Amino acid sequence: MSQNVICSINDLVANSGVCALINDEQVALFYLPNTEQKVYALANWDPLGKANVISRGMIGNIGEELVVASPLYKQHFSLTSGHCLEEEVSLRTYDVAIEGDFVVFNETVS
Amino acid sequence: MHPIQFLEDGVLKVGTLCAYSYLGRPHSFSIGNGLFSSNSSDVYFLTAAAASAAVLFFMVYDMKVVVVGNGMVGHHYVETLVKSDINADITIIGGETRPAYDRVHLSEVFDGKEPEDLAMCTRQQYKDWGVKAHFGDFVSKINRDAKHVVTEGGRTFDYDKLVLATGSYPFIPPIPGKELPHCLAYRTIDDLGEIKASAKGKKVGVVVGGGLLGLECANALKNLGLEAHVVEFAPGLMGVQLDEGGSNMLRRKIEALGVKVHTSKATQKIVEGDQHRLKMAFADESELETDMIVFSAGIRPYDQLARDADLKVGDRGGIEIDYQCKTSDENIFAIGECAVLGNFIYGLVAPGYRMAEAAVSQLNKSSDDKESFTGADMSTKLKLLGVEVGSIGDSKGMADESRAFVFSDERSDVYKRLNVSADGKKVLGATLVGDTADYDTLLQYYLNDIDLPNDPESLILPASDGEKPALGADALPLAATICSCHNVSKGDIIDSIDGGCVSVADVKGCTKAATGCGGCAALLKNVVDAELNARGVEVNTDICEHFEHTRQELFTIAQATQTKTFDEMIERHGKGMGCDICKPAVASIMASLWNEHVLDSDLVPLQDTNDTFMANMQKDGTYSVVPRVPGGEILPEQLIALGEVAKKYGLYSKITGGQRVDLFGAKMNDLPDIWKELIDAGMETGHAYAKSLRTVKSCVGSTWCRYGVQDSVGQAIDLENRYKGLRTPHKLKMAVSGCTRECAEAQSKDVGVIATENGWNLYVSGNGGMKPRHADLFATDLDTETLLKYIDRFLMFYVRTADRLQRTSVWLENLEGGLDYLREVIIDDSLGICDELETQMQHVVDTYQCEWKTAINDQEKLKRFRQFVNADKDDENVVFVEERGQIRPATEAEKKRSQFKAVG
Ligand SMILES: Cc1cc2nc3c(=O)[nH]c(=O)nc-3n(C[C@H](O)[C@H](O)[C@H](O)COP(=O)(O)OP(=O)(O)OC[C@H]3O[C@@H](n4cnc5c(N)ncnc54)[C@H](O)[C@@H]3O)c2cc1C
Ligand code: HEM
Ligand code: SF4
Ligand code: SF4
Repeated sequence: MSQNVICSINDLVANSGVCALINDEQVALFYLPNTEQKVYALANWDPLGKANVISRGMIGNIGEELVVASPLYKQHFSLTSGHCLEEEVSLRTYDVAIEGDFVVFNETVS
Repeated sequence: MHPIQFLEDGVLKVGTLCAYSYLGRPHSFSIGNGLFSSNSSDVYFLTAAAASAAVLFFMVYDMKVVVVGNGMVGHHYVETLVKSDINADITIIGGETRPAYDRVHLSEVFDGKEPEDLAMCTRQQYKDWGVKAHFGDFVSKINRDAKHVVTEGGRTFDYDKLVLATGSYPFIPPIPGKELPHCLAYRTIDDLGEIKASAKGKKVGVVVGGGLLGLECANALKNLGLEAHVVEFAPGLMGVQLDEGGSNMLRRKIEALGVKVHTSKATQKIVEGDQHRLKMAFADESELETDMIVFSAGIRPYDQLARDADLKVGDRGGIEIDYQCKTSDENIFAIGECAVLGNFIYGLVAPGYRMAEAAVSQLNKSSDDKESFTGADMSTKLKLLGVEVGSIGDSKGMADESRAFVFSDERSDVYKRLNVSADGKKVLGATLVGDTADYDTLLQYYLNDIDLPNDPESLILPASDGEKPALGADALPLAATICSCHNVSKGDIIDSIDGGCVSVADVKGCTKAATGCGGCAALLKNVVDAELNARGVEVNTDICEHFEHTRQELFTIAQATQTKTFDEMIERHGKGMGCDICKPAVASIMASLWNEHVLDSDLVPLQDTNDTFMANMQKDGTYSVVPRVPGGEILPEQLIALGEVAKKYGLYSKITGGQRVDLFGAKMNDLPDIWKELIDAGMETGHAYAKSLRTVKSCVGSTWCRYGVQDSVGQAIDLENRYKGLRTPHKLKMAVSGCTRECAEAQSKDVGVIATENGWNLYVSGNGGMKPRHADLFATDLDTETLLKYIDRFLMFYVRTADRLQRTSVWLENLEGGLDYLREVIIDDSLGICDELETQMQHVVDTYQCEWKTAINDQEKLKRFRQFVNADKDDENVVFVEERGQIRPATEAEKKRSQFKAVG
């Protein structure tokens, strides 16, 4: 396993999303300082709206699930699993964490 | 044999047709539109046969129906017939110069409505229906043998079936002097024109007749600024409907409003006046001077045509009909106010409509499809001069076995009388003056013959302890008529709910219930709520799972507790983290209340992406840029700047419907630079991304237009600058037209302003879009100051009380009490909140900032406009191709096929 620094905490926006490039893939990073995990990462590609926009969605909860709503057609995706609540699609999730002042990506090398 | 009887499915069978033509009776045949479409194999058969046997004529026969009189009922007959499966060649002949209009709402022309607003139909509509319409010519003769009618203008029309819908005319008592100028009637739009002209600049007006129409007319005179008098021959007002107690109460209330009432007055002559134009002399030797007289002393059926043709008429006039609405000639029908059934004339619209439907149904071949008209309920509820009056059934208790309960409250001027059967079990009739809240319930007891509770008096007594015994919607039979204007029964409403309606608004749209006079709105709501309840549809008004409140409640809470952040709001009044429903709703409330910058750090996470990036996201994730162009007026330099920016950043340009320019295809990271250049050119954000005021559209107005009466552009610019930036529950559009030609289409906007000679007419709650709604005329001839005051109040009241994403149109339709209530709140300040509403609006106006201007000067706010936090690259999925000289997003297929030339 290797750890890569993606950006600094200052690059994040609390309770909202930004987008980062990880290995040339667009990844949406959500910063929820009041939760245990604090930072969540999903693919930025919206397979339903067919555009790179997930990072610009609004976050919230539906029941127990933390979700982001796609800004295009408003489907909800789980921040933890990437599953879509309305349709049979999923977003890839990424293992990210906060280390000191930085956001890091834990890459499993297989 | 009548040719019609040869018909089967509208197509004459070859044999019968030959036989028919062989008889050699001359007749013209026409091939009706759509006749063949229902049975295409027949068409095929006929055309093929026609081609091979050219000697034969294949012709189709449409029964000729001629309707005399294009009033409300005649029109309804035509509409019903056109929409039925019956094939007919229809001609309608109207004596008035305009197509049918809504006579019931005639008096609204005095309140500023244009005659066109009352129109029920247009010439074009008739044309589209294939109906021949002939206006401004009276039928003067029916020739029953030749089966044709002749008009005063000398035209002849053949008929197979003739329908008389000639209505009635005002009865003018034979008083000497009645033919003097300024002695007028009140029945047609033309009459109104004369009344208006006669009243202009004058002081006093008299209405002869204290019935329903007379009082309505008195109200109109009062609104025209005249001192209004009502002169009634009988001892009381509305003698037909009200008993003595009710009539007295009505009189007190009306006199309190400043209308002078003179009862038991027989007018003997009318002569020229000394101070005023006319003088009336009464039998008791008193006199009254006035500038004009309007007769409203009852109506008489237009039956001369029928008399001349020897049709049977009633003892007191009216064309006699049977249950099929047939006159004594089986090819002639009579419907509406000219018809008399069992010596009774039904002088209301609803029974007229039922007659029209019954008469149309007689043209069906199968007797199963024939309906009859056996009479109708004449109960009425109305508001006369602001006084509520209701009368049901035997309202005066004339029947022998009738027993009355009477309640009279002279302090608040309420009178109620309930007539029940001797055994106390059934309602026979009722009179209500001053308070008609019980009308719907009593009417349902009456119409459906429902057994009364043991203490019937409780139905009209004020509820002193606890609830009134409400008539549950469950108690009503399926056949109970809920809306009599559109003949909607409880069963129809339930069907519409079966069909998927889940709210009162849905049911209204689907069945038209409560869209006529609106009197049944409360009852409709009961029925719909009860039915939804019974199905376990919980009518949950919570905004979402995070707040057990409606938007209105959240607004009140935020305001009362001075809450300024979403976090405080959800901590104290909600649960969880929020979601994409409640966050923008709360953000919008905060913005309406405190008007802080949308990109303030607390607010950012609440915004929809459009608000966050202050631009509208398009399908490929790029944004569009719309600077504000107030009133659509733009400097050439600004146009050039727009063009330069579009060129420099490779943007697609399009003119919007809101009179401004939209630049599409902007990358998120370019937005700040684009806006900097636009702001440097003197432009500012257009809020196209927000639920807020979009544009105030204007026509060119009196400055350039040869018809304009006011400067609509100037007014639009002022309005736009005043309300720009106001966050609202849904987007808001306005427009200003410089004259009544209405080129700016203001009546399709949330707020529409139309210039008049004397100021501005204000329209509210119009809507384009998927479900268009004509705006309602709210107030007339306002000066600019009052106009702004009303708009301030209207908008803030809407902001306070509307649901999330509720347009002003839907909001008004759901507002209990409707337009009248809205006027009370905004014009009469009935809730005492107008000062507050204005202060609140002024705060929003004073704290306006161009969000983009603030943002481009604040590095922290610009942080979000980066495509990637860790790379300086563009989104590779954003690919454009060229079309008509500009960019457009590439389709998925195009993106895959790399041979396409990508631009941008
Ligand atoms: C001011 C006012 C308020 C009213 N308010 C209400 C209300 O609140 N509720 C309610 O239910 N009813 C109300 N009514 C009554 C209602 O308007 C009438 O019942 C209804 O209009 C009757 O329709 P109709 O088509 O039978 O007659 P009309 O509407 O009178 O139409 C008949 C038409 O036929 C034309 N005509 C007559 N003779 C000839 C001829 N020989 N050739 C060609 N054309 C001819 C006439 O010019 C007229 O245009 C009101 C009426 C008035 C005047
Ligand atoms: C996501 C959805 C939508 C977006 C992003 C959007 C955006 C816009 C924009 C940018 C304009 C230009 C207005 C201006 O000049 O400021 C506009 C105008 C308009 N939009 Fe929309 N719109 C949307 C949905 C709709 C819908 C659903 C309707 C119809 C129900 C609608 C009806 C109109 C109309 C009628 C105008 C012209 C406004 C006028 O003439 O005043 N829009 N829209
Ligand atoms: S609404 Fe009147 S003033 Fe405005 S452009 Fe049309 S005609 Fe001219
Ligand atoms: S009408 Fe439909 S396609 Fe056209 S702008 Fe509106 S939402 Fe889009």
